[in-house]
Amino acid sequence: MISRSRLVLLIGAGTLIGAAVAGQTIAAPATSLKGPEAFAAIADPQARSVALFGEMAKVIESPRCLNCHPRTDSPTQGDDMHPHSPPVSRGMGGMSVPGMTCNTCHGESNFTFANGEGSIPGDPAWALAPVEMAWVGKTRGEICRQLKDPKRNGGKTLAQLVEHNAHDHLVGWGWNPGKGRSPAPGTQEQFGALTAAWVANGAHCPD
Amino acid sequence: MSVEFELNGKTIAYDGPADTPLLWVIRDSAGLTGTKYGCGIAQCGACTVHLDGQARRSCVTPVSMVAGREITTIEGAASPAAKALQDAWVELDVPQCGFCQSGQLMSATALLEWIDNPSDEDIDGAMAGNICRCATYQRIRKAIKLAASRMGEKA
Repeated sequence: MISRSRLVLLIGAGTLIGAAVAGQTIAAPATSLKGPEAFAAIADPQARSVALFGEMAKVIESPRCLNCHPRTDSPTQGDDMHPHSPPVSRGMGGMSVPGMTCNTCHGESNFTFANGEGSIPGDPAWALAPVEMAWVGKTRGEICRQLKDPKRNGGKTLAQLVEHNAHDHLVGWGWNPGKGRSPAPGTQEQFGALTAAWVANGAHCPD
Repeated sequence: MSVEFELNGKTIAYDGPADTPLLWVIRDSAGLTGTKYGCGIAQCGACTVHLDGQARRSCVTPVSMVAGREITTIEGAASPAAKALQDAWVELDVPQCGFCQSGQLMSATALLEWIDNPSDEDIDGAMAGNICRCATYQRIRKAIKLAASRMGEKA
């Protein structure tokens, strides 16, 4: 049994923790994107490019993207990025291990559970991103430099990166994630336009 | 919508909604009740079948996805690996309540058809999505290893 004095201490500590949490300002996740025109007033092209990447990063840092761009060998899932269930690992080229590959469960498109309470995501290219494309835990500058590096972006030129962000089907899944998941902010069309404008202005990165 | 596919070697035509879970078609339409409904959300593995030889959770598989493809259920699992595993399951008396065991066997068969002498790590990885409420995991592991060794003797 907890003594009365210990109980008072516990309540006191709880109040302090509560106050600390209440004192923080926590930004709500972005749900929309500004288009490239919103950055036209920035006179310096380098500063404009960096600002454009900051807008792109709202998508890149979405759980829809980060969950399968982990720095570990296991994906996360859900808007709260909890560990994937069942436990899976990177395995064979991001397709998990023999006997239980990603497509043991994930299909070619999203599938709403029969009970209607959620869905399992799907896409023909469903897989974990290679470890050299890990984004979790990295700064925007680190992610930006990684995206420009053909050794870490799947061998893409900047023009191919624009095309990828604008039209790739798996990238587009981020805005069509199925029941029970928040979509990435904005639209894929906006994300593609932002990427094109970022490249057109020099593809500069934040520090 | 009509969907045709091979079920345990026989052509099946399912006439119904395209998003009907394959598990419903297997159990309710085809009458093959060896494949079990456990969770309905791909979390337990009881509904595991083979789609073109690979493990697949039938509860989250729309029937439209299997058009023109081959489905094998526990009733039709008759490959050398499947037979070796079934023999080992009997020999070691693996099941307790048995509800999850057809799914366990289908996953184990998919593993042995990929890796003929799996390590503990291989078994952990392939079987991580098959839950057993009776906790028969150690017997399952022993049976997979026994089946693998028997197949090795025959090779």
